[in-house]
Amino acid sequence: MQVTSSVRDPLVTGGKTVKDVSHDISRQVEGKPTSLWWMAMAVSLAVLGFGFYCICYLLWNGIGVWGLNKTVGWAWDITNFVWWVGIGHAGTLISAILLLFRQKWRMSINRAAEAMTIFAVICAATFPLMHMGRLWLGFYWALPLPNAFGSLWVNFNSPLLWDVFAISTYFTVSLVFWYMGLIPDFAVIRDRAVVMGNKTRASIYNILSFGWQGGAKTWMRYESVALILAGVSTPLVLSVHTIVSMDFATSVIPGWHTTIFPPYFVAGAIFSGFAMVLTLLLITRKVFKLEDYITIYHIELMNIIIIVTGSIVGIAYITELFIAWYSGVEYEGYAFYNRVQGPYAWAYWSMMTCNVISPQLFWIKKIRTSIVATFVLSIIVNIGMWFERFVIIVTSLHRDYLPSSWTMFHPTMYDIGEYLFTFGFFFAAFLLFAKFFPVINMAEVKSIIKSDSEKTTHDSHH
Amino acid sequence: MAHQVVVTEEHYVFKPATKKNLYIVLGIGVGLFILGLVLAISGGGHHEGGDGGHAAVQSSELVASVQQHAAASEGHATATHHETEPWVKRLYSSLWMNNVFFAGIGIIGLFFVAIQYAAQAGWSVGVKRIGIAMGNWIPIAGVVMLILWFITHHDIFHWTHDYLYNKDGAEFDPIINKKAPFFFWPLAGGSFPIFFIFRMVLFFGVWYWFFIMIRKNMAAEDIQGTTSFWHKNVVLSTVFLIFFGVSSSIAAWDWVMSIDTHWFSTMFGWYVFASWWVTGLAVITLIAVWLKDAGYLKIVNSNHLHDLGKFMFAFSIFWTYIWFSQFLLIYYANIPEETVYFFERMRNSPYSWIFYLNLILNFVLPFLLLMTRDAKRQMSMLKLVCPIIIVGHWFDFFNMVTPGVMKHDGGVGLLEIGLALIFLSLFLLVAFSSLTKLPLFGKNDPMLQESLHHHI
Repeated sequence: MQVTSSVRDPLVTGGKTVKDVSHDISRQVEGKPTSLWWMAMAVSLAVLGFGFYCICYLLWNGIGVWGLNKTVGWAWDITNFVWWVGIGHAGTLISAILLLFRQKWRMSINRAAEAMTIFAVICAATFPLMHMGRLWLGFYWALPLPNAFGSLWVNFNSPLLWDVFAISTYFTVSLVFWYMGLIPDFAVIRDRAVVMGNKTRASIYNILSFGWQGGAKTWMRYESVALILAGVSTPLVLSVHTIVSMDFATSVIPGWHTTIFPPYFVAGAIFSGFAMVLTLLLITRKVFKLEDYITIYHIELMNIIIIVTGSIVGIAYITELFIAWYSGVEYEGYAFYNRVQGPYAWAYWSMMTCNVISPQLFWIKKIRTSIVATFVLSIIVNIGMWFERFVIIVTSLHRDYLPSSWTMFHPTMYDIGEYLFTFGFFFAAFLLFAKFFPVINMAEVKSIIKSDSEKTTHDSHH
Repeated sequence: MAHQVVVTEEHYVFKPATKKNLYIVLGIGVGLFILGLVLAISGGGHHEGGDGGHAAVQSSELVASVQQHAAASEGHATATHHETEPWVKRLYSSLWMNNVFFAGIGIIGLFFVAIQYAAQAGWSVGVKRIGIAMGNWIPIAGVVMLILWFITHHDIFHWTHDYLYNKDGAEFDPIINKKAPFFFWPLAGGSFPIFFIFRMVLFFGVWYWFFIMIRKNMAAEDIQGTTSFWHKNVVLSTVFLIFFGVSSSIAAWDWVMSIDTHWFSTMFGWYVFASWWVTGLAVITLIAVWLKDAGYLKIVNSNHLHDLGKFMFAFSIFWTYIWFSQFLLIYYANIPEETVYFFERMRNSPYSWIFYLNLILNFVLPFLLLMTRDAKRQMSMLKLVCPIIIVGHWFDFFNMVTPGVMKHDGGVGLLEIGLALIFLSLFLLVAFSSLTKLPLFGKNDPMLQESLHHHI
């Protein structure tokens, strides 16, 4: 029996019934793609095409076509990699950690967030793959496979190898989790297709749903698997960005070697992930008319997560600055002085403004419940998080221990091109998802229709 | 809307028998403490001193280059300047460490309540009053800390010695001199650390103010029965959490990290927080279980205990995560200025066995014992795990504070155990007598029905 306190806001508005849920969410799967969808798809594919050209050029000519140099051996590639991996944290956080914390509001947003997670992780993976240059040998560099290349063997002491394991595990579990949630919803679409007499759709979605019949026993198993996957995913959410942070923190480079990195990177990842979820969902909810399911209250709660994680990141920035001074280590002190005052100060202050200062606007209720403000700020946050990684990576590298090696980094068209490639891929994949898959978890939303719907006047007795 | 379950208000009565038991613990603590003190005075040290010396030689050879700069420069205080008796130092160190540890438990009581309000948690109505009762320890810990600081500062905080800041002196320490503003601003290094004291007073003052305000709203809600007090507490709790987010880190730097004045770690603030937080959760759970044993808190059933168990399980892992991240990154980078901290703790008795015990008590045991669903729901299991966590984190704090103060002369003896029992019994006397002041749960809490229908 579910009881909901009167102080809570409703999670589904507009007096929806269980039947309405099926209809409202299956609608866009069943209809023809709109012209808006085609336009968006065309733009995404054009960007993807240009990116693909840049990637082919890169693979043909080698990493030299990027703007990297001897001093700055890592720049946009790893910046973009970390940025995308970070974005890929929100989905599993929502579906796993919020499930463990019994946050019912996750139910309208988890599906889209998980899809976004999976696409973002794929985007992230392209950067280390491309950086290999000779991609076709990548298996031997990234996995401990016996080979005939002499001494070629992975380095188990390297956090880059830990990354391979952490991210591939995370990707696999997220994918299984996401797909498992889709199964009952695919069955709903199949059943509706049967009623509508659309045989092709019925058989496709029947295969997708593994012939789901929805018996009580099946639901019981479904729920226990969901709980187990949530338990497995929770440490994974933390481990992935922890290990990404160790790519930097295990090295003895000023600005990189700092013990707060693991939890601070995890907080930053959730921060940017939620921002991207908001960017996508604000559009989805408008285009698909899902305002009764993804309510202003949902948006407000996501904005609150953004304030919390943004403030944690802010505390971490200040802690780093403080300890750089307090430690009395000249190198560390200089690295931070250079960040704040040096030639990349513009990047540092962009980061500070976008990540720490602007999210504080969400303390104002009017702003965190405004769609326009949320949309703008969600993009600002992601710009800020890109700068965070850029600042950490490039400002620490460009001032080498040897002043004669000091230099700057300038991206070439191919740095930019590969970044665009991932954008093209990400949006094309998300558009396909939004068209052919139910963007909201119907089964879960139905389970709270009774307890968390908006109370209409006749049943609001207490 | 599901039917409303009607419950009647519960009041805790602090029975003389319970009080007597706590006084007995206090008495045992005082007895052990005095005995330990006598042994320490007459022994002039303790039996582990010899071992410690050997290990010290080893470790100082291993990290010779650092120690010249770091440990050696901190060691000179006792070598050339005023000589405090080892037993006095040991007493001071133990007092400081216990007070920081129990201050944390008190503040976590309030932090727990604030989290429940800010996150609008529905399950926790039956345990919020336990958290707020623990908060009554905050002012006591604050006053004790201030007094202790004035008595013990030269022995605990190396940075308080004025000769470190004297540029012409033989003992001038350029690294500590650079840190002077953090302690002494706006005054000169080596004078009175006004900034440090200001922070201590400010933190305890503000924490206590939030405690009073949140508690007042709880009491008013009981009488007036509107939800407005709940909403007020949501706002207050949020503001408190912001303040606590910043102040808990700075407090950890001030009261613990600055003992090893040369050493630094950006993670340290969150490490201390993680340790406090999981200890506080264990204390809340243990008090809830005791109250249930005494026939109170019928509204807290195995579902609520399950949640508390999950919290302890999760945050034991979280603490381990923080511990491991800090350790691994320092180990991996192998920078002498940083590794010296772990060398001191891993190669000297008794810190070395505590170093490993720490991981067993605070990770291995809670992880294995609380793994299953049933374990988290059984009072008997919680009565086993909570004390393990509490004792485990007491050792954690012991190892954070003592090596920096006592160098190689630290030990866990009757003195330390006695003092811990004294603090524990006083803390519980305060917490239980505070529990009598308010009903055990808010009968007008808007989340009460959710909590009563809580089923997992």
